[in-house]
Amino acid sequence: MQVTVKLFATLRTNRFKVKVLDYSSGTTILDVARDLDIPKEELALTLVNGISVEVDHEIRDGDTLSLFPPVGGG
Amino acid sequence: MSSILGKVLRVNLSTGAIATEALSAELSKAYIGGRGLAGKMLADEIPAGIDALSEENKLFFVTGPLTGTAAPTGGRYMVVTKSPLNNVIASSNSGGFWGAELKFAGYDVVIVEGKAKEPVYIAIKDDEVEIRPADKLWGKKSNETTDMLLEEFGDPKARVLNIGPAGENLSRIACIINDRWRAAGRSGVGAVMGSKNLKAIVVRGSQKVEAADPDKFKAVVSDAIKKIKENGVTGQGLPAYGTAVLVNIINESGIFPTNNFQEGVFPLAEEISGEALAEKYLKKKDPCFRCPIACGRYCEVDGEGGGGPEYETLWAYGSDCGVSDLKAIIKANNVCNEIGVDTISAGATIAAAMELVQRGYIKPEEVTGPALTWGNAEAIVEWTKKMADTEGLGAKMAMGSARLTEAYGAPELSMAVKKLELPAYDPRGLAGHGLQYATANRGGCHVRGYMVSPEILGVPEKLDRFAIDGKAEWVKIFQDITAAIDSAGICLFTSFAIGAQEYADLLTAATGIAYSAEDVLAAGERCFNVERMFNLAEGYSIADDTLPKRLLEDPMPDGPTKGYVHPLKEMLPKYYEVRGWDAQGIPTEEKKKALGL
Ligand code: SF4
Repeated sequence: MQVTVKLFATLRTNRFKVKVLDYSSGTTILDVARDLDIPKEELALTLVNGISVEVDHEIRDGDTLSLFPPVGGG
Repeated sequence: MSSILGKVLRVNLSTGAIATEALSAELSKAYIGGRGLAGKMLADEIPAGIDALSEENKLFFVTGPLTGTAAPTGGRYMVVTKSPLNNVIASSNSGGFWGAELKFAGYDVVIVEGKAKEPVYIAIKDDEVEIRPADKLWGKKSNETTDMLLEEFGDPKARVLNIGPAGENLSRIACIINDRWRAAGRSGVGAVMGSKNLKAIVVRGSQKVEAADPDKFKAVVSDAIKKIKENGVTGQGLPAYGTAVLVNIINESGIFPTNNFQEGVFPLAEEISGEALAEKYLKKKDPCFRCPIACGRYCEVDGEGGGGPEYETLWAYGSDCGVSDLKAIIKANNVCNEIGVDTISAGATIAAAMELVQRGYIKPEEVTGPALTWGNAEAIVEWTKKMADTEGLGAKMAMGSARLTEAYGAPELSMAVKKLELPAYDPRGLAGHGLQYATANRGGCHVRGYMVSPEILGVPEKLDRFAIDGKAEWVKIFQDITAAIDSAGICLFTSFAIGAQEYADLLTAATGIAYSAEDVLAAGERCFNVERMFNLAEGYSIADDTLPKRLLEDPMPDGPTKGYVHPLKEMLPKYYEVRGWDAQGIPTEEKKKALGL
């Protein structure tokens, strides 16, 4: 299945901004992070189609995944 | 010794009287300092119903017990006055170095009263305080004012606080600038300075601010700094990208107000993001006094440098006006600092003007400058410059979006609460944050109970952003702790990493007054209630605890927040109950007694 993965802030370093990637069904966000070599501690915010989910959330075909390290502001 | 100096400087510009007086120890203890202390003093000193731009209004420049100390981010001060934008109690916070310098000069608070006959500035060098003529400075922008004053003062290490032409013209969105581009931005506080013919305050001090228990203070400060450094947000995110890093997060969540809150997703957000800013225009970090976080940015375009832009500014001049030209946003930001207007209100007012044009309220012949159409980069820079004008559409815009849209018979197009323009988060996707907008004492504001933190960033824990349950309690605690931080004299951003206990420890060691975490929260709650009572006395009521109609009635048209409106009506009764207020939003006698009011 096809999933759009968007990376932000420091997660982009040596990786990419946005890519459409192929995963088999049952893949979780943590699996994607592992695949992209992103340590779990660096994942502070994980959105699927703009809604915050836990890292063990299973992604589905056509999903957009947005991954952020710890960030904040005001 | 205590980091509270116990000294108030009172300057009356009508009579020329300059006096010092003792700060009430009782008030210091109950209200900590800063926003809480000055709010209480202002409420006691000015009668309800006065004109905010009259001689009767007073301006408080107030530090907190941690200002000027070694505490992390201890450079903050507050401007407290009656707001000429909306007649509520205004408290505008700023960083930089001016606040710390005021403490070095020996004062916790400066109170400015009356009105000078001619333009003046106040010069403070420790005990020597003078009111000096400022006719040569009148009309000058921030950088030039600063340069001229530093030269005249004869000490390059002095710190300057000033207004620009907008404040002189009594623009209701005028800010007070210090250290060239740090701003006490909101509520039109710059116009109060302008109404008093006060152009600037220069300060230089030679004293050290000592903690009551220096050893203990050293220990709690290093503990706080350690926590700040170890925290992902304050140790990595903010230092690397500044507040601008929020652009993508908020846009991805579908709550990034676009075209004056008509939409919640800006397709070109990437171009105005913190990531793009860091890559293209960031020259260096620009931290405030003793700040280990250093979220401040210094950017350059076309050879011109300046502080910022912050997330809020990238939004107000960016997506809210449909603009994706980062260079133009940086320029508009610099113009704001130079003429002295609040970047949030200024950008949001241009957005409102664009919608007035879109809907045919503003006629083409009135637009004597670049077209006010969505996405026009030239317009945001040029129309900001025109906000320093004294006539024409630019002058009308300088009065803020509420007055502008009212003048065209379309007040519903002002995206403001209590006339204060809303900041960069659409509350249709943030139940708690929307409740906080509706109930913040100064009007539509994000930094008086930043519910984005739990509702989006997951700090201190992740909450369902659409849920209503439990949010009233969260909002109350966030508003109260924020009021306490604003009273302590340090930066709100420390709260990503430290909490009430750490603030209590810092305050106890600095002042010698024993504060528990509960005392800190109670001081914040006291402050919040004093402000509420000030506003009630000005005629505000629960009818004003609201949001723009669009956000309550029009479902978000697209994106991840599609279909939602803000459920305010369902949330307010619970909020009043949690606050210990009656159904009319008035603090009950019981609550007042419990808080010692
Ligand atoms: S965190 Fe940012 S705004 Fe706060 S004191 Fe530091 S540099 Fe200034």
